[in-house]
Amino acid sequence: MKYFHLIWAALFRRKARTFFTLVSILAAFLLFGMLDATRSAFDSGDNVIGVDRLITTSRYSIIQSLPVSLGNQIKAVPGVRDVGASNWFGGIYQDPKNFVLSFAVSDNYFDIFHEIQISPEERKTYASTRTGAIVGEALAKRFGWKVGDKIPLQSTIFPQRNGDKTWPFDIVAIYKVAPGAANGTDQQFFFHHKYFEDANAFQSIGTTVGWYVIRLNSANDADRVAKAVDALSANSDHETKTQTEQAFNASFAKQIGDIGLIVSAIMGAVFFTLILLTGNTMAQAVRERTSELAVLKTIGFSSHSVLYMVLAESILLLVIGGVLGLGLAGVIVPIVAKGSGGMLNLPPVGSQTWLLGFVLMVVIGAIVGALPALRAMRLNIVDALAGR
Amino acid sequence: MKTFKKFLGGVLLLAIIALFLVVWTMLPWQGVVVLAILLAVWMVATRRGRQTWQVTRVGLSTVTQRLGSSSVVVVGIAGVVGVLVAMLAMSEGFAQTLRASGNDHTAIVLRGGSQAELNSILDRDSANVVMQAPGVKKGPEGRPIASGELVVVANLPRKGDPNSDSNVPIRGVSDDVWALRENVKIIEGRRFKPGLRELIVGKGAKGQFEGLDVGKSIRLAGQTWTVVGEFESHDALESELWGDTQSVASAYRRGSSVQSVTVLLESPKALDAFKASLAADPRLKVDVSTTEAYFSKQSEALTKTLRIIGITVGLIMAIGAVFGALNTMFAAIQARAREIATLRAIGFRGVPVVVSVLLETMLLALLGGAIGAGIAWLIFNNYSASTLGANFSQVVFQFRVGPALLWTGLKWALAIGFIGGLFPALRAARLPVTTALREL
Repeated sequence: MKYFHLIWAALFRRKARTFFTLVSILAAFLLFGMLDATRSAFDSGDNVIGVDRLITTSRYSIIQSLPVSLGNQIKAVPGVRDVGASNWFGGIYQDPKNFVLSFAVSDNYFDIFHEIQISPEERKTYASTRTGAIVGEALAKRFGWKVGDKIPLQSTIFPQRNGDKTWPFDIVAIYKVAPGAANGTDQQFFFHHKYFEDANAFQSIGTTVGWYVIRLNSANDADRVAKAVDALSANSDHETKTQTEQAFNASFAKQIGDIGLIVSAIMGAVFFTLILLTGNTMAQAVRERTSELAVLKTIGFSSHSVLYMVLAESILLLVIGGVLGLGLAGVIVPIVAKGSGGMLNLPPVGSQTWLLGFVLMVVIGAIVGALPALRAMRLNIVDALAGR
Repeated sequence: MKTFKKFLGGVLLLAIIALFLVVWTMLPWQGVVVLAILLAVWMVATRRGRQTWQVTRVGLSTVTQRLGSSSVVVVGIAGVVGVLVAMLAMSEGFAQTLRASGNDHTAIVLRGGSQAELNSILDRDSANVVMQAPGVKKGPEGRPIASGELVVVANLPRKGDPNSDSNVPIRGVSDDVWALRENVKIIEGRRFKPGLRELIVGKGAKGQFEGLDVGKSIRLAGQTWTVVGEFESHDALESELWGDTQSVASAYRRGSSVQSVTVLLESPKALDAFKASLAADPRLKVDVSTTEAYFSKQSEALTKTLRIIGITVGLIMAIGAVFGALNTMFAAIQARAREIATLRAIGFRGVPVVVSVLLETMLLALLGGAIGAGIAWLIFNNYSASTLGANFSQVVFQFRVGPALLWTGLKWALAIGFIGGLFPALRAARLPVTTALREL
């Protein structure tokens, strides 16, 4: 650490070159921050709250519904704490572009998804309002909805009894989401399954549900319960597939595309270029300073200290550029998310991204500095001073 | 006063760059060819031009001595162009696949406000009314050529991942579908027989999902179906499995209703009459569009998103590459400072020096662009991928790296080269001759 000023001075020996290199590094890490945010937007992997939940869907297809009677049978399976039902509504608000993730849910849904935070009073109002709806904070913000608003939602699938596809709703609560919930939980819209059944033009809706959500007594039981639930309907015409919520979300995200693969491919190209670019800068810097390094060695710096100094210089270069870049990404990502009007639900640059970014900075810095540093270490004082 | 002048010069330079970028993005390829020819003529015909040529040659001959730093420009720009072309190829491929699925002489009818077939439902009576409407072409026996169709979604594992579930679309089609979609060709096996549990599979679906070879059986809705053929259509329909409407409807307990009716129009102009007659019918509340409009609309959102992401990523990478190029070229100028000063001392003017440095950078950039675009073409042209489409099911599409895209990539490369070379070029021309000569 006592050599810090020396390293710092060496780094800014040629201000223009260091500045240009820093901007390139900054661009690379800005991209890293933004792409990593995009990737995690599709990846709800670290959803810790949902570990004790299972989702039961039709085995054959996501669009096939399950009989209502199955609910009670599932509830009787040992290890099951609670069973809720949900149905896809396919709502749009005013314009087909404004898609709303809307679900008709059973009343105990909010006990199962306890990360959806609503007060007991709000629960009471919801229970007593037939057309009541509970709306996520981010969604409410996107359309400027407030508690007490009466809003029409059009279903792309279900008409009402009278043939009208516009369903009126009363917003009774806007919920916040507990930390640790899956990404995008605050973008949803829930209402009574009863209202959905009663007002629906499709009479058969009353006897079916879209899928079941199960809360377990213990997350360790997941495998056993999933098997037991699927066994209930084996060889019937409504065989089910039960999986953990995480597995369900992951397989859904995978269907959109292998976002992780695309992101890593782009970042691979970016970092490869970056290594070459900064490597070139460092090589130039060391070549220019050959005689200075020789002087350092002459006055008693050991070969190893010279090696470490050059390595430290290149890592410092990467860290300065990288921190600036990730910092900038931290500023830009929320702006982009806001600017898209809630369409792009990007999480802020999180601690994991920072950690990974930091590791990358140090590793790339070390790779880039290795050759010039070795060169500096092996420098023969006499030759270097003589300019050979 | 001096600093003010300098500031003014800086502003002017930025304005020039901005103007260049605007003109450059709008310039068609013919314009660039004309520019290149003009440059060549200037270099051959005028004295200044010949001087420029000489200086450029000297510069280029020293590139081999600066291989490391020159490759920074080449590789940096190759990275930008490669990523940009790949992202745009994805967006372009998806749009093209869906656009090709429709045409202007067939129309699709859905229940009003449904957006996608999966959400729609038409009972048998409505479907019949639609088929009998004016504007629909009649077959040899006087029956309208139309197909009442059902799309359901089945879970099938992706290839190489037997535990995964993908939503694969299964379309029930009527007998008329062969007259309606002439681009569909059976490439293996035979057509399905009406009334049987037989399926034909699209080429794309077969490539992406497990167990769809001809002769194999799959379980759908608790029943066993046999794959009897494979078809090719070079569009989004290739992502689907097709069976007889009645068989699919009975398997999925849909009764006699269908989800959409696709009709062959007498001519593209007949659409208006067809649409008007359906709109006037009080029994119906339907949306009518040509299949072309229907499928294009489905690709719109994703195509646009992919384009925006591609260009944003490209722009950020380009900024990095510009600064990399600046670094390299400033270093190159510095290494050649004495040489350039000598040229200036013996009478070469500023213009040849500026143009030669610019030219050198742009040639390196062009090389990088060609490498990047070439790699993207080699890896991604006709690369198959799939994503979730409007019917809540997988759409298989191919990346398309066409000439237009390659050209876009090269244009980006040249623009990066221009900006990265301009500042070092100006520095080279402004270098005070005496100081540069004295420098060791």
